[in-house]
Amino acid sequence: MPPAATAPTGVPPAAAEAVRAEGIVRRYGPTLALDGARLTVRAGEAHALVGRNGAGKSTLVSVLTGMQRPDAGEVTFGGAPAPRWGDTAAWQRTAACVHQKSMTVPDLTVAENLYLGRLPGRRAIRWRALRERARALLAEYGVDVDPAARIRELGVEQRQFVEIARALSFGARLIILDEPTARLDAGGIDRLFGKLRALRAQGVAFLFISHHLQEVYELCDTVTVFRDARHVLTAPVADLAEDALVEAMTGERQAAVARRRAPAARATGEPVLRTERLALAGHFAPLDLTVRAGEVVGLAGATGSGNTAIGETLVGLRAPDNGRITVRGRVVRGGSVPHALGAGIGYVPEDRHREGLIAGRSVAENATLTVTDQLGPFGTVLPARTREFARRMITALDIKATGPGQPVSGLSGGNQQKVVIARALAREPAVLVAVRPTNGVDVKSKDALLGVVRAAADGGSCALIVSDELDDLRICDRVLAVFHGRVTAAFPAGWGDHELVAAMEGARGSEETPHGSEETPHGTRQAAGTAGTAGTEGTEGTEGTEGTEGTTP
Amino acid sequence: MIETASPPATVASRPPASPAPRAALARWRDLSLVPVIFVLGVIGFIVSPAFLTQDNLIGVIQQSTELGLLVLGEALILISGRMDLSLESTIGLAPVVALWLVMPAHGARFAGLGLLPAWTAVPLCLAVGAAIGATNGFLILKLRVNGFIATLGMLTMLRGLQVGISEGQSIGDVPASFAYLGKAAWLGVPAAVWICLALFAAGGGVLGYLRHGRALYAIGGNPEAARAAGIRVDRLTWIVLAAGGVLAAFAGILYTGHYGAVSASQGNGWIFQVFAAAVIGGISLKGGRGTLFGALTGVLTLQLVINVMTLGGVPPLWTQFLNGMIIIIALVISRFTSGEKQD
Repeated sequence: MPPAATAPTGVPPAAAEAVRAEGIVRRYGPTLALDGARLTVRAGEAHALVGRNGAGKSTLVSVLTGMQRPDAGEVTFGGAPAPRWGDTAAWQRTAACVHQKSMTVPDLTVAENLYLGRLPGRRAIRWRALRERARALLAEYGVDVDPAARIRELGVEQRQFVEIARALSFGARLIILDEPTARLDAGGIDRLFGKLRALRAQGVAFLFISHHLQEVYELCDTVTVFRDARHVLTAPVADLAEDALVEAMTGERQAAVARRRAPAARATGEPVLRTERLALAGHFAPLDLTVRAGEVVGLAGATGSGNTAIGETLVGLRAPDNGRITVRGRVVRGGSVPHALGAGIGYVPEDRHREGLIAGRSVAENATLTVTDQLGPFGTVLPARTREFARRMITALDIKATGPGQPVSGLSGGNQQKVVIARALAREPAVLVAVRPTNGVDVKSKDALLGVVRAAADGGSCALIVSDELDDLRICDRVLAVFHGRVTAAFPAGWGDHELVAAMEGARGSEETPHGSEETPHGTRQAAGTAGTAGTEGTEGTEGTEGTEGTTP
Repeated sequence: MIETASPPATVASRPPASPAPRAALARWRDLSLVPVIFVLGVIGFIVSPAFLTQDNLIGVIQQSTELGLLVLGEALILISGRMDLSLESTIGLAPVVALWLVMPAHGARFAGLGLLPAWTAVPLCLAVGAAIGATNGFLILKLRVNGFIATLGMLTMLRGLQVGISEGQSIGDVPASFAYLGKAAWLGVPAAVWICLALFAAGGGVLGYLRHGRALYAIGGNPEAARAAGIRVDRLTWIVLAAGGVLAAFAGILYTGHYGAVSASQGNGWIFQVFAAAVIGGISLKGGRGTLFGALTGVLTLQLVINVMTLGGVPPLWTQFLNGMIIIIALVISRFTSGEKQD
């Protein structure tokens, strides 16, 4: 800590404070990542930290966990000054972060991961004792995982529980969760939230970072908004309407109403995409689907419901067992991406880091990957035409980049996703298949991305959005809910959050909520969601009919 | 936090107007070994007056050609995100198999099969190289075994095959057609040099201006993304592996012509230098990054160092030690002149 940090503040610290950070400044070269930022989390509180990508959230987290040293400002934990810079053990005892990316070693057992770097005993490891200790530790926090299992064998959800248990076992009373729900399905999120509530009752404070405002409302008491490296506001969640929150994040009077605008009632045209008895054993049952020109259809479903597999089959990444796909009447050869591309099926993959981007290469190269056959004669790719094409894409989709030559890894998440969508749109596809197109991007980019998908459909193509995010599905003209590989329900535009979530969860049956015994978290979740949107939803009908077709950004 | 490694706020607000300096920088990175080559030239001049003679310099460049072709093949394979260790055996085995098939069963010191006419030696040799590359491709892409170990196994196996066929002896009296390219001189410069330069230029053109060449960077950078973007990943990788084998076989032809015979240890131990040259030249071992021009400067740097050492009268017993040390020094220098981590 810089000298200023050790100076006593004079004010007796409130005993109930888990952490207080004041006037934190952190520079990266010419960039100010944090500019006098402050944050206070009380003990036992669930505190949300929200902000757009690049607002400084992650930098603050690294300051609070001792991974980055602030250039100025002070941090206190429970009134005591922060541990010395570099004293890892002391930092681990005060605050812990569960990162978006798992920080466990997949091939070691749960027990080893829990005690990684601090295995008890001086000489040989006593395996039985280690497992017993791990079992006791897990039981203490109610985590039902076998300590002898390898991390690799666990699901995302269980891994996160293990990480949380590890963080708590150091004695940390402040747990920072960085987008913990990004890779969980709805059931997993509910169980995670249930666990977090139980831990709060024990006095553990949470700092919760999320792009899902709905979750903020559901779980947190207080919310802090960061914008452009500064603290903007801290308020009790209950006193802050969602519109006001979005406004604080974006810094403009954001038309949250427009965001929720239901699509206009469109005269749908010719059938463009058609599947007949399309099936893939173990993933989805025979599917008959027709998507017409100008239409955006949602395939809603939780992780593992088969909706992603349907999307991947349509774009040729998986070969169907049965049935056929036609685009504008032409049969598409299954299981071949080049054929699907040729037939006019564009694809926005689920995970841009894994399947979307080639991190080291430029924006231009990434954006033109599907159209290299159009950039010069005889199989050549002319650099000038590539740059020109990329420039057009950058302008059309408003990608914030220094130019076509910038490596794509230097862009923010939202802009990276735009590059992935640009590539899918580059061939002017007849069908755009987008799997979770707004995965891990901030509120404003979300709107822009969904606007792009909508505009593509309005231009005479059609789009299929495969997602479990209600915000993604809101722009759809109709939504099909997929459960266990079958389309179980169809909703026209204007569906209520509650009914769609229920359909995605398999509804009626109680099988899908094993932890549901404790006052069904679903109930609260949907209640929050509908409460936030109820007002706007009612006006949808009138707004929608105004025919905003041409003006969609 | 990993995520914020990209500077926030200002990046987004910077006007998208200045691609020029970045492009210039990227081009400059390619040239990072040129000053090193220049400095080596100066050192060579100081060490020995013989260095700056035409004979010596042409000698250095000709010796670079055989290594250079292996590096060219390996660079293509590395950019596609694979590696092939067996190239150093291909350079020896391919000529031996070709000669074995065409040389007469009686009369010469080495008894061949005499199955085919002598003029087929060159095409046969290239075909053997392609077959070896395709076999590697089959192991790596179809059977999905680990590429490192598979090609390491091939390295040993092919070397053993060569020793078996040639009975551990050098093969002299090679057909004239086979020896021509390695021996001939065009415009006062060995033909091998022209050919090597032409192949590097062609390779650079393919990587820079052909869609399938650009696709190699995508495949090496992120194969999943390449597949999702409609690139036929396996097919292209297979072709690249076969091309690597062909280039190694061609290097074998040049080498054989140059020295007039195939020795049993032809290419033995080269793979280390091949990788060193590629990495010094800025090719990433993880795939997806590097240029052939960089690889070429890597080859020249290594060969110049060896030449300067020879002229400087380094005692032969110490050359191996110095060789290794200089490669490591060159690695460190190129890592800092290019400013990029080598991974």
